[in-house]
Amino acid sequence: MLKNRVIPCLLLRNGGLVKTLKFADPKYVGDPINAIRIFNDKEVDELMVLDITASKEKKEPNYDLIEQFASECFMPLCYGGGVKTVEQARKIFALGVEKICIQTAVLEDLSLISALAEQFGNQSILVSIDVKKDWLGKVKLYSAATGKTVSRPWTEFLQEAVKSGAGEIVLNAVDRDGTLKGMDIELIQQASKSISVPLIAVGGAGSLQDIKTAVDAGASAVSAGAFFVFQGPHRAVLITYPKYKELEQLFN
Amino acid sequence: MIYIINYGVGNLSSIANIIKKVGGESEIINDVSLLKTASKIILPGVGAFDHGMKKLAENGWIDELNDAVLNRKIPVLGICLGMQLLCKSSEEGVLPGLGWIDADVKKFSFAEGSDLKIPHMGWNTVKVKKENPLIKNTEEEQRFYFVHSYRVVCNNPEDTLATTNYGVEFTSSLSHENILGAQFHPEKSHRFGMSLLKNFIDITC
Repeated sequence: MLKNRVIPCLLLRNGGLVKTLKFADPKYVGDPINAIRIFNDKEVDELMVLDITASKEKKEPNYDLIEQFASECFMPLCYGGGVKTVEQARKIFALGVEKICIQTAVLEDLSLISALAEQFGNQSILVSIDVKKDWLGKVKLYSAATGKTVSRPWTEFLQEAVKSGAGEIVLNAVDRDGTLKGMDIELIQQASKSISVPLIAVGGAGSLQDIKTAVDAGASAVSAGAFFVFQGPHRAVLITYPKYKELEQLFN
Repeated sequence: MIYIINYGVGNLSSIANIIKKVGGESEIINDVSLLKTASKIILPGVGAFDHGMKKLAENGWIDELNDAVLNRKIPVLGICLGMQLLCKSSEEGVLPGLGWIDADVKKFSFAEGSDLKIPHMGWNTVKVKKENPLIKNTEEEQRFYFVHSYRVVCNNPEDTLATTNYGVEFTSSLSHENILGAQFHPEKSHRFGMSLLKNFIDITC
């Protein structure tokens, strides 16, 4: 039967891969095609590539690059970044991408999700939700494109996203991003309890135990960036991924 | 040379790339007449059944494919929708399939309250059902990546090459003489897919 997935998340910036810390300070970590080839060898469950500048700079997705990714990936690929219309999504699926992750385009209006789910099936449409704690420790919806929190309650947005047809939810704890200090378990519990579709938890995974804890808290899948690209206290770039056997043991 | 039929349903480069990776040679072809020189054929496909059949018909593939597969017995591998198109019919559409395999395509349906989702999407394992050139019966569990809402139901159980469990035990790979099919995506299934494609390359006619 289907198992819990562990998904490396690669951030794309001007054609190169970067890794952020709490969504800031992007550090160059290498060439995307090279990284994809390494992840092929490591037999990752799935790969997520997010273009973090496309929406911010109001750019079209980089179709040439996406096509190269899809051609190189011997595993399912999810792309996110700058997708705002059904036509753009159609083009990306035709390039051989399995899933598209939407975020900025629907913060105000989720109707794009309904349109996409209807056209391509909800299994292929992910909604990514970034949340950040304010100074009082309250969880707030966060817009990476503007760098600001949004007043709409995140739990309401989560529900609405699923109702609109999101096949999976990517829940990203901004305060944990790149820290390797463990995931926000309370957040994962709260989110997974309230939705019927798979939850992909992101933010803070720094060990296999962190991943296990998130899965026990209700995440169907865990995605991580820093954990798979950094090694050691000085954050030296080294792409890694647990062996299948290790994951099997972890989840059993 | 393995020809990968490009009838306008998606990016086929990952299939060509994975074949290259395991030491085979393939070409994505748009030209029907090339089929006359094919030594092996891959029929890929994603999307709806009728759309696939319509695209095959529109571009004149069907007669040449029939000739290559049924008369000249060229090995053919249908992948995902491509495997479903080998069958006689599908609940997803009204058009007849290629009809090379005595099988029909049915929608997954689960009892109310089941937590199984449709489509069946993700990694799942296969059980090899018979001696075959495509999937060796190894001790290690072999897993493949699936995305589909419909499943093939063979009328002749001996056409089932492998099964997978998703609420129901269904045919995830089939074979009948020179005709082979995989419901999953070998090109997205790492070394398991590589070894399947390597085995396809190694078939000697």
